[in-house]
Amino acid sequence: MPSSSTPAPTEPLLQIENLGVRLGGRQVLEGLDLSLESGVLCGLIGENGAGKTTLLRSILGLQRIASGTIRLAGGSVGKARDLVGYVPQKIAFDPQLPLRTRDLVELGLSGRHFGLPWRRRRYQAATKAALAAVGAEHFADQRLGRLSGGQQQRAVIAHALVREPRLLLLDEPLANLDFRSTTSLVQLLGTLVREHGLTVLVTAHDMNPLLPVLDRLVYLVGGRAATGTVDEVVRPDVLSGLYGYPVTVLRHHGRFLVLPDAPDGPGEMRHAGTELPPPSPREEA
Amino acid sequence: MLQALAVDWSAFFADSAVQTALVIGVCAALINASLGVFTLLRGHAFAGHALGDISSAGGAASFLLGISALWGFLGMAWAAALAMAWLGLREARERDLATGIVLGAGLGLTALLLYLAMTTTSASGSTVTVLFGSLFALPPSLAPVVLLLTFGTLCVIVLGYRPLLLIAADADLARAQGIPVALLELVYLLLLGLAAAISAMTVGAILATALLLGPAGAALQLATRPVWAFLLAALLAVLAVVLGILLSWQSYYWFSGTSWPVSFFIVLLTLLEYLGAGLWTAFWGGSTWTTAAPPPSACAEDC
Ligand SMILES: Nc1ncnc2c1ncn2[C@@H]1O[C@H](COP(=O)(O)OP(=O)(O)OP(=O)(O)O)[C@@H](O)[C@H]1O
Ligand SMILES: [Mg+2]
Repeated sequence: MPSSSTPAPTEPLLQIENLGVRLGGRQVLEGLDLSLESGVLCGLIGENGAGKTTLLRSILGLQRIASGTIRLAGGSVGKARDLVGYVPQKIAFDPQLPLRTRDLVELGLSGRHFGLPWRRRRYQAATKAALAAVGAEHFADQRLGRLSGGQQQRAVIAHALVREPRLLLLDEPLANLDFRSTTSLVQLLGTLVREHGLTVLVTAHDMNPLLPVLDRLVYLVGGRAATGTVDEVVRPDVLSGLYGYPVTVLRHHGRFLVLPDAPDGPGEMRHAGTELPPPSPREEA
Repeated sequence: MLQALAVDWSAFFADSAVQTALVIGVCAALINASLGVFTLLRGHAFAGHALGDISSAGGAASFLLGISALWGFLGMAWAAALAMAWLGLREARERDLATGIVLGAGLGLTALLLYLAMTTTSASGSTVTVLFGSLFALPPSLAPVVLLLTFGTLCVIVLGYRPLLLIAADADLARAQGIPVALLELVYLLLLGLAAAISAMTVGAILATALLLGPAGAALQLATRPVWAFLLAALLAVLAVVLGILLSWQSYYWFSGTSWPVSFFIVLLTLLEYLGAGLWTAFWGGSTWTTAAPPPSACAEDC
């Protein structure tokens, strides 16, 4: 059922054109184009300092942009804020914070409202559903500051989901997770996209854990980006152009390794030495 | 001897100085306790402490200008709050630096103004009054003003409760929801200045921290829900102020006709409350701590 906030079928949910961002006199993002339709899981891949966080903050309207346009559901970012959920990169709650997981999730709905929480009932069903969606029921009543890093992350994802956003931005959600938690979070992202029709933009410095669910890839190097499907982007010619020097793409058991070429061409020794182990799960203690 | 322990309640409540002290003291307790919770959660304890100290310059100026001490304290506290907001309250290290610089400048001004007040006016007790409070010497006409300011502050806190709580949890989460974080932080700083001014008159400018942080710190150790933290902090602060006034009043009979300063008793009580809360969590909180920690089996799936 179309309403004023739903974009026309042809119009993408998120449309970025020629985005440029300057920070401290440096061009952090330059000429970036990205267009995402509903129901797409897009990875934003780049090394430390590549500009991933800057791009997410620009989409949220928290970062002033120097040039270009960002449109959400056909409108400006400010008007479409309710459509976006955000999970920041650095999450560390004060151990003294007297908030339970459940309270944080509820604040996802009620945080903007002034006045005392009179109508809590109204929020409780949505809160419960969001907690269940991320598998956080069993620590719903624990204090945020006493949860593990991965549990805090789930709490924040539930906080972002409870408003039923159409676009979910996650900044390095896999950075602090062990193998098992990584797998379950990647599965969760896949479910959100496939079953609930969300659009997810997730940053990572390593694309490999995301490959099973990734529809689209934005590969950021030095503020410039290559965009497309994994097969379109993760190719020596595309990435060499992006890096500005020749790179080799190694593929092993469905995982990628991008390496600068050896000075004297693609030497066999180097490739043999960097053979990847098969992607069997490491044994957890 | 009996006289020393038995409180003459009718004389206590009939004393007009006690009445004014109770009204303004309870107001100071309520404002400071509720703002103290936010202050601790935001990690602004040093800024809160500095605002109290700096307001002393305004207190000293009020002696020189012959205006009400409240407006002196408040004017200086707000000037400092604006200066802090302008210098940036963002990153913890920058914030402490900005606060320290403002604090140094404010105390220097206090030294000058107190010197001038002592040498040029007849107000000989101004130093003690400004630095350590004068709860029993406040004009009764001040009570309605303070009541009104307290009511206004509590209304703002109730109105901004949830946005402020989310900012306290994580400012970026609040910004992402479109909450005007910078504006709310400014409002919060101005309220903090008001709290500092009112407690400067109660327990004195340099002891204002005790009322701001003591009850809130104790409450945060005990409470697991935000609402409980606020209510408990308010209760503990009011308890410290009322009991402090009573003890100071009664101490007249203990020390042969000279009562000890009310600030001393209030600050002592807030300290005891904080230590008591620490002991409570150490002995009784141990079990809740272990049940609050995630069970290992759950950890394997979801950490
Ligand atoms: N406030 C700032 N002032 C100046 N430069 C900044 C500022 N914030 C970020 N930068 C620079 O912008 C670049 C991009 O930063 P950004 O945080 O977006 O990187 P990132 O891809 O998220 O890195 P990481 O993987 O480490 O999180 C970096 O080179 C960083 O030094
Ligand atoms: Mg980043």
